[in-house]
Amino acid sequence: MIEWINAVVQGILLGGLYALFAAGLSLIFGVMRLVNIAHGDLIILAAYLGLSTTMLLGVHPFVALLIVMPAMAGIGYILQRGLLNKTLGSDILPPLLVTFGLSVIVQNALLEGYTADPQKLNAGAIETASIAVGGLSLGVLPLLTFGMAIVVIAGLQWIFYSTALGRGFRAVSDNQDIAQLMGLNKAHIYGLAMALALAVTAIAGILLGVRTSFDPAIGGGRLIFGFEAVIIGGLGNIWGTLAGGVILGVAQTIGAKIDPGWQVLAGHIAFLVVLAVRPNGLFPRVEH
Amino acid sequence: MGSIPMSDPLLKLSGLDAHYGDFQALFGLDMEIATGEVIAIIGANGAGKTTLMRSISGLLSNEATQVTFKGQTIGALRADQVAYAGIALVPEGRQLFPSLSVEENLRLGSTVGRTGPWSLDTVYDLFPILKERRNQPSTSLSGGQQQMVAIGRALMSNPELILFDEISLGLAPVTIKSIYDALPNIISGGMTALIVEQDITKALAVSSRVYCLQEGRVSLTGRVEDITRDQITAAYFGVDA
Repeated sequence: MIEWINAVVQGILLGGLYALFAAGLSLIFGVMRLVNIAHGDLIILAAYLGLSTTMLLGVHPFVALLIVMPAMAGIGYILQRGLLNKTLGSDILPPLLVTFGLSVIVQNALLEGYTADPQKLNAGAIETASIAVGGLSLGVLPLLTFGMAIVVIAGLQWIFYSTALGRGFRAVSDNQDIAQLMGLNKAHIYGLAMALALAVTAIAGILLGVRTSFDPAIGGGRLIFGFEAVIIGGLGNIWGTLAGGVILGVAQTIGAKIDPGWQVLAGHIAFLVVLAVRPNGLFPRVEH
Repeated sequence: MGSIPMSDPLLKLSGLDAHYGDFQALFGLDMEIATGEVIAIIGANGAGKTTLMRSISGLLSNEATQVTFKGQTIGALRADQVAYAGIALVPEGRQLFPSLSVEENLRLGSTVGRTGPWSLDTVYDLFPILKERRNQPSTSLSGGQQQMVAIGRALMSNPELILFDEISLGLAPVTIKSIYDALPNIISGGMTALIVEQDITKALAVSSRVYCLQEGRVSLTGRVEDITRDQITAAYFGVDA
């Protein structure tokens, strides 16, 4: 029995990482209806930037976040204003195609720069540290990841609903023309949204790199997990994204408990079941 | 009739053309508006009134020199840049932000950070009902209250020129009356206003001059007291009076 409880708890904690994968996707889609196919590869890019930072400066991966987060935010802003803004319009196909191309480019650039060898971020003793809670052994790193997911999502929620920037995000999402009349330059607002999304991606990438090894080809898989968390949780609902991540994580760990080969499959099945029963996700955006 | 010469107009349109793709909606419009004037723009459906509003506010891009505001050529600027310059539009159909509360809609109006008489407090003084409803979703209000939010939102930017596009459209007569009763309070601060209306009587009652549009051209202009109903009818419908 305790083993099953353990699987569920580990799944919940894993869900935190998936929520971090998903948060940036959800934010981008919410503000500008952009589906970013390159999101997974940008997570891996962040992990590699973390790798370079730790190697060049000899700092802990979590300290490297101080450099990787602003770097990813800067990349996001430039990417949005220089490229992605030009793809946005009434047709949803151009952003899909362009971000798909971007995904290929990022993967190959990483392959060129870092080779296909698996890499890992070394976070030291924290990687294996655990605390015992009522017969369960909880890893400090998964707990930290889950805590980080809550902090990030609470932060995004706060930005969206309690700041002038968030007001701008919602206004542009509601009605681009009228938002522009209010003095909001949508090109700039979109740039800021992508910067924010990729800053979150930096956190996700570093935590991924500390948890498991990574190579340039695994971005696509992270994208799928992120997508599934967003869809399960319900589009446009930031807290729903955390719930979606948790459901996906629990499905995966329970699947793995039944048969180690079923981990990823069980997650996809849970996703398909939710999609079949609640096509809008469990917690779709409440219309005001 | 004829244009009234002006030494230093606040807003000047010179040969303004506007296109939607291959369709031309405005043909060489000339207009001069002095500071503090209230101008009515009238015309039938499709005459180009809303296109004119979109051109002035920057939602529709034109040749830079076709629109001049305070001596600056603004025809090619984006809408957000035009807003910073001091022009606000109360758009047709209110167009509030459904994701934002009443107060958030109003606050968004002050994004440009222009200072002046209008603030959240003065807007609430003008429309006290909005203060009661400040935390409600904007779309939960009645049509008239939504129009008050749309007007308040435009005022929050402390514009020098405010454009009203069909503010009586779809509202009950009693609501229209209360909105128009509030207009003198808005305009008395020296604000210049352009009022687009299909309800000619309402528009003329608060305006000093009028431009009538017909198929994208100015068909009649002059001081309100100098123009007869017959002239308006002719200019409006394009029949010989």
